[in-house]
Amino acid sequence: MEDIEHIEKEMKLIGADGQRLDGRRFDELRPIRIEAGVLRRADGSAYIEWGGNKVLAAVYGPREAHPRHLQDPARALVQCRYNMAPFSVSDRKRPGPDRRSVEISKVISEAFASVVFVEQFPRTSVDIFIEVLQADAGTRCAGLTAASVALADAGVPMRDLVTSCASGKIDGVVCLDLNKDEDNFGDADCPMAIVPRTGDVVLLQMDGHLTYDEFQKAMGLSIDATKRIYEQQRDALRRRYSVTLEDILKESPPAAAPVEPDEPSPPPEEDFGPEGI
Amino acid sequence: MQSSGALRPIVIPGEAVGGPGLKPGPGTYSEGGRVFAAQLGIRDEHEGLVSVIPLNGRYIPQRGDAVIGEVVDQGPSHWLVDIHSPYPAPLHATESPWRVEFGDTARYLKVGDVIMCHVLSVDEIKRVQLTMQEREARRLNGGMVIEISPTKVPRVIGKQGSMVSLIMDLTGCRIYVGQNGRIWLDGDDRSAAVAALAIRLIEERAQAVGLTEAVRELIAREQPRGRGPRPS
Repeated sequence: MEDIEHIEKEMKLIGADGQRLDGRRFDELRPIRIEAGVLRRADGSAYIEWGGNKVLAAVYGPREAHPRHLQDPARALVQCRYNMAPFSVSDRKRPGPDRRSVEISKVISEAFASVVFVEQFPRTSVDIFIEVLQADAGTRCAGLTAASVALADAGVPMRDLVTSCASGKIDGVVCLDLNKDEDNFGDADCPMAIVPRTGDVVLLQMDGHLTYDEFQKAMGLSIDATKRIYEQQRDALRRRYSVTLEDILKESPPAAAPVEPDEPSPPPEEDFGPEGI
Repeated sequence: MQSSGALRPIVIPGEAVGGPGLKPGPGTYSEGGRVFAAQLGIRDEHEGLVSVIPLNGRYIPQRGDAVIGEVVDQGPSHWLVDIHSPYPAPLHATESPWRVEFGDTARYLKVGDVIMCHVLSVDEIKRVQLTMQEREARRLNGGMVIEISPTKVPRVIGKQGSMVSLIMDLTGCRIYVGQNGRIWLDGDDRSAAVAALAIRLIEERAQAVGLTEAVRELIAREQPRGRGPRPS
């Protein structure tokens, strides 16, 4: 028993040089890559890789809301399903909705309901599906960021994209965008989402405790980061849709071999031509 | 239009598309005197009205639209028609071109029939009603229906119907284009397939320059020899 007492209980999350476990500084984001329009069957879709997170988002709608009694004669419903794949975490996650994913689905759908022009589509629903393929803390932020790109890709009218980021406290230091170890062994985590154009906060949660000053600092870090993420979201959409003439010429019909069953191909000896002889 | 390089830049929801003095058109909204894009699309300014032409999205019925629908249900005095929109669209028996006795709707249109009809009215809670009283409204027999994104319909039709008549002339098919993104094609198998291919090309390259030429080229190449106009 006594031997264990000597083992360091606390994990050292920030080194003496101010570097975190993965070498980031306190105000650095993990690398983010967003791609729009990755799924063919959905009306809109996006895929995001945010550090170790891999998340797919798909959007359908506006479409007829089912069951019928849920329809609102004045506005569209924004329904969201956040789901984690069984293989997204190291211990297999039992499939199906649980307390946590139901809560996340609710807060995300409310965040989007405030930016989508719901009054334009009475009696319909806009359905958002977020599938977490690999989780590494901050999946709700990654999912929300991807879903917002997917919504724009689906052509759903909205006031602005929604951008999300989290900050937290590890080893008593307020840091941006915690990863899995920092989230598990840190002191607090505070995900938030804003409408970048107006600065409206559409999602704000906190796990753990932050003092008022720490909270202010965390919000400041997150808001700064959302500006960078917002640019990446816009860039993903631009890449998907801005096709230049060069691209069109490159891909245009000559690539597709014409099918001409009526005409038999010329005899092989003719292929050599006069030079071949 | 430009002859080469990037096409017209796209705008993203939330992007400013016009300052004070401009009126917000479709696909935009105004806030604090400025106009912002509400949809992903291409900015368009016309006589002080800014609008965003969407690149994607569902079909929202509007009064007077010609649409192609599929009958999905029938009642004693109406049919329910799927017009590829978020809203169910009933066609009342009195709006059909026939004199339908009460309870006798199945004699005229059955579930699964495809019709060309018009949107009679859409109210503020988007209740849609259809009509078949227009001259071109009819039940469509034979042929096939293909679906494209409703936002690409204007490109398939072309200026004053130039694109769709080009396809009809070159392939010899009969074509109806519904505003809801459904297109009905009728002709012999080969030409209908070629016409469908041409429409797919337009959908894919809707924003491209020189689309008409690309379509003409595609049809000339795919068209079976000895039929249709030969490339001169």
